[in-house]
Amino acid sequence: MSETHTMSNFQQAQLNALAESTQSWLGDLNSAGREAFEQAPWPTRKTEAFKYCSLRTLTDDPRAATAPATTASTDAIRAAADIPHFDGYQLVLVNGQVNTELSDALALEQVTLLSQASTEQQALAKEYLGKSLGKTVAGDLDPSHLFNQLNNASLQDAVLVEIKRNSRLDKPLQLCYLNTEADAGFTVNGRVLVVLETGAELELVEHYASLDGTNDNSGDNSFTNAMTEVVVGDNARLIHYRLQLMHNDAAHIGSVWVNLKRDANYQAFHLALGSQLTRNDIVVHHSVGGSHSDINGVYVPLGKQLVDFHTCIEHAVAHCTSNEIFRGIINDQAKAVFNGRIHIHKDAQKTLAELSNKNLLLTNKAEINTKPELEIYADDVKCAHGATVAQLDDKARFYLQSRGISEDEAQVMLSFGFINELLDAMPDKAIGHWLRPILAKRFGREQSFDEDLVETV
Amino acid sequence: MISIQNLQAKVEEKDILKGLSLDIKPGEVHAIMGPNGAGKSTLGNVLAGRDGYEVTGGSATLNGKDILDLEAEERAREGLFLAFQYPVEIPGVSNLEFLKASVDAVREHQGKDALDSVKFLKLAREKCKAVNLDQSFLKRGVNEGFSGGEKKRNELMQMMLLEPSLCILDETDSGLDIDALQVVANGVNAMRDPNRSFIVVTHYQRLLDYIVPDYVHVLADGKIVKSGGKELALELEEKGYSWLDTTTGAQ
Repeated sequence: MSETHTMSNFQQAQLNALAESTQSWLGDLNSAGREAFEQAPWPTRKTEAFKYCSLRTLTDDPRAATAPATTASTDAIRAAADIPHFDGYQLVLVNGQVNTELSDALALEQVTLLSQASTEQQALAKEYLGKSLGKTVAGDLDPSHLFNQLNNASLQDAVLVEIKRNSRLDKPLQLCYLNTEADAGFTVNGRVLVVLETGAELELVEHYASLDGTNDNSGDNSFTNAMTEVVVGDNARLIHYRLQLMHNDAAHIGSVWVNLKRDANYQAFHLALGSQLTRNDIVVHHSVGGSHSDINGVYVPLGKQLVDFHTCIEHAVAHCTSNEIFRGIINDQAKAVFNGRIHIHKDAQKTLAELSNKNLLLTNKAEINTKPELEIYADDVKCAHGATVAQLDDKARFYLQSRGISEDEAQVMLSFGFINELLDAMPDKAIGHWLRPILAKRFGREQSFDEDLVETV
Repeated sequence: MISIQNLQAKVEEKDILKGLSLDIKPGEVHAIMGPNGAGKSTLGNVLAGRDGYEVTGGSATLNGKDILDLEAEERAREGLFLAFQYPVEIPGVSNLEFLKASVDAVREHQGKDALDSVKFLKLAREKCKAVNLDQSFLKRGVNEGFSGGEKKRNELMQMMLLEPSLCILDETDSGLDIDALQVVANGVNAMRDPNRSFIVVTHYQRLLDYIVPDYVHVLADGKIVKSGGKELALELEEKGYSWLDTTTGAQ
């Protein structure tokens, strides 16, 4: 073994592709990120955080080419970004480039791009970017955060959302990242910073998807390295959707850092349909007392897809509550990983923390690795966790069949039912309406389950 | 309607039905009574086609068709309906969605017109009312959080929607109070029809005060050991199942 650090070909290719800093005020972050990324050991199967998550997709092809400009028509982009009956502001990026025509959100004073930021907005960005937890995020060489360092290294522009004290955006905000097929795999480093001041409210929808390529559901060969930093101020409320609907060939590594202040309320819903590589690291930090978080998620990989959710709820102080529910349905030879950590610090008395992860394996070759991880250093807390892996309930299947419903149909209904509870719990009904048929199709059903009928009751 | 000849079945390698024969003509109501472990519930499950219930001999023909080789859903489409003793809860699948899928499948097989959403909804609401269930139950998960009585009424509602030719009620009365029992019995009685038959499986004679059977059979150790009119139920109630041992010589 030589003493010099050997970089992976992914690191080398990505470093070679890094552009020079164009924004001098971000230069420090860029160079720190670059250095850390260069020094970071490449995660292998021996790296705990990547034990079940192979990054071979990225070492086989580092996807480091420059993102091409899209040739897609505005109509096609509009269609791909559209959420029916969803009345919100949009910011649409195609291969990392903002589509100004479809981005009405940029006219809002609450939403801006870093490249167009005013001096005050720059100051805000400087205060929080990479430091949204009140300390440096991903500062150490924890291998799970290597991709954050890459994001820092490449940071030239970002989406900045700032909701001022005691105000709210009158409509939800949709950030839509669409990628296309390209001759060579390319990288989009997406970065979002959301700051809610005291008493502010926002509904944010992060939407990651693919523009139709020449191959149905397989054209998009991009690598998205997304990093979202969120500060929810005292008594502020954020509803946060993070929806990953990319094509099969897309690779996505996402990080979410959430800092909850006094009495903050945070509701999140994650969806990963599945792709060749989808990995999410979610950290929710209860940093001041009285805050509450609800973090729900659904993953439904099929084929040979891989979805990995690593979540970490940090209870740093007393009197906070968190409730986390993730459900997965794994089909074919797909693989899913769920690692849910709850860390209750010494001073975090009176914490209520719950975590549940249920999984359904539809075939013998489907794989799930689920691990709840509790670290509790306070003595007066209530903490419950559970992880289950199951196959479809035979009793329930027989019940449906005994009413004339075919075995296949019963399987679809039961699978859908398994995640439907979480869809039902989502506050934005338009998003539920939109996702139901997408998920129904995932389970081989052309239409959703007479939702209109149900709605009219 | 249904003809069961010398039916034998085992569950987990244990013989439960040991040569059961029963002929039911259209419009008849047959009650099957018997002690615990006699095979009453097995009969319903075998006829409905549940996995794990292995038929080892005999036959069962419904409207002239051998049903023992059919899948559970095919039997349902042929007009067989089993009202479960313990209906399962299926969270996440709405009752309405379930009922629609069920009615669609059965009607399609029977060559009836598909009901559009509006018509179906109207019908479902009507049946809901008929079994005294609040409309909100249509929107809830199948049997999810329903009380025992509500589950049984939900079974009855399904039966009304599917209009089967053979209804098997598996201990539908167990755990019901008299009010709930009357609701269920009234529903069943309203469905009595010259072209529809019932097998009412029960442990207690009480149900038969409300659903008056044409015949009563006593099932013991996997066979029918005694048959008679409705007065047989009263006799059983009075003398207990042990009375059978002395009259039939069953072990």
